Amino acid sequence: MLTESKFRFLSEDVKKRSGLMLGPEKGYLVESRLSPLARTEGFASVEALVDQMMRGDAALSARAAEALATHETFFFRDRTPFDVFAETIAPVLKTVLHGRKAKIWCAACSSGQEPYSLAMLLEEMPGLDADIVATDLCNSVLEKARAGLYSQFEVQRGLAIQRLVKHFEQTGDTWRISPRLRQMVRFEVGNLLEDFGKYGKQDVIFCRNVLIYFDIEAKAKILDRLANQLQPHGYLILGAAETVVGLTEALKPVPGQRGLYARPEALEKIKAA
Amino acid sequence: MKTCLVVDDSRVIRKVARKIVESLGFACEEAGDGQEALDQCRKHMPDAILLDWNMPVMNGLEFLVALRAEENGKKPVVIFCTTENDMSNITQALRAGADEYVMKPFDGEIIESKFAEVGLV
Repeated sequence: MLTESKFRFLSEDVKKRSGLMLGPEKGYLVESRLSPLARTEGFASVEALVDQMMRGDAALSARAAEALATHETFFFRDRTPFDVFAETIAPVLKTVLHGRKAKIWCAACSSGQEPYSLAMLLEEMPGLDADIVATDLCNSVLEKARAGLYSQFEVQRGLAIQRLVKHFEQTGDTWRISPRLRQMVRFEVGNLLEDFGKYGKQDVIFCRNVLIYFDIEAKAKILDRLANQLQPHGYLILGAAETVVGLTEALKPVPGQRGLYARPEALEKIKAA
Repeated sequence: MKTCLVVDDSRVIRKVARKIVESLGFACEEAGDGQEALDQCRKHMPDAILLDWNMPVMNGLEFLVALRAEENGKKPVVIFCTTENDMSNITQALRAGADEYVMKPFDGEIIESKFAEVGLV
């Protein structure tokens, strides 16, 4: 286990790089996630790896921050956000976009199951096309996402068999997302602490199950900046355990829609309509 | 209580599947091949069926076709659960009237996910 001072250095360094909060209770997580990195980088222990980080090895620090992130995801995770997209968001977009393609951003997309789930919905839905940009801090999960290759276990979590048949090709023991869906999603490295300007204004932003790992100050700043990237009619979707309440005034919960947020002026319009 | 019929010629698989479906709130019945399963369905039609493909006497696909031709035979939700993992097998099963398809090896999480997919939980 790391000494208190080394743990403090590590948690401050990681927070600065990725926003991830490592409380003192996360000692087990640090050991289990950094041990493989220590091994592949040729260090005798996690402690030796942190020593090298403390000498100012920025590349190693970046790899450590990636290794400490949580990549848990699956197709159509939690279902509700995808139902909300199909039943509430898509009809609104069809009326406001006048034939333009929707712009959707999946922030912290991990290995791609979330953007590909959306791509499946869009393909099954007539009258709405979209460009999806999907970002994550971590290069290795993005490589997997771009390849669109999933194990038998992964394609059985959350995915109806009809969708497997319709949207995947089998290659031996693995399953590859169809080229049509791969074309709909662009994967890019992206850090939630860095400027969002390059993504442009979005119609919908998915940012689920990532802000729970950040402290209040970081959450508030990111939510403000996400609100800035939304079109006036745009929607933000957060994870089931996340909210904007008490963190920003730039976004409000959409009544009756769990996990869905919009700009206050858009909600006024909805109420008036 | 809803009932689930587990059809598999392996007693070990039946035992594992029983534990999982019972944890999902189902009463579990068992059959060792398709013919046994069909006999049981004629006496009492279950709400769900977890169905192996390769079995002696009557295989899973033959059972499914026979089941769907029975009076009330459209009622049970049928989930194949098999090592036949080729796309061609999957489409064949769906055409024969399967509602879902689990590729072995499976675990409780996959079964629960598939039960949710077809509205059983």
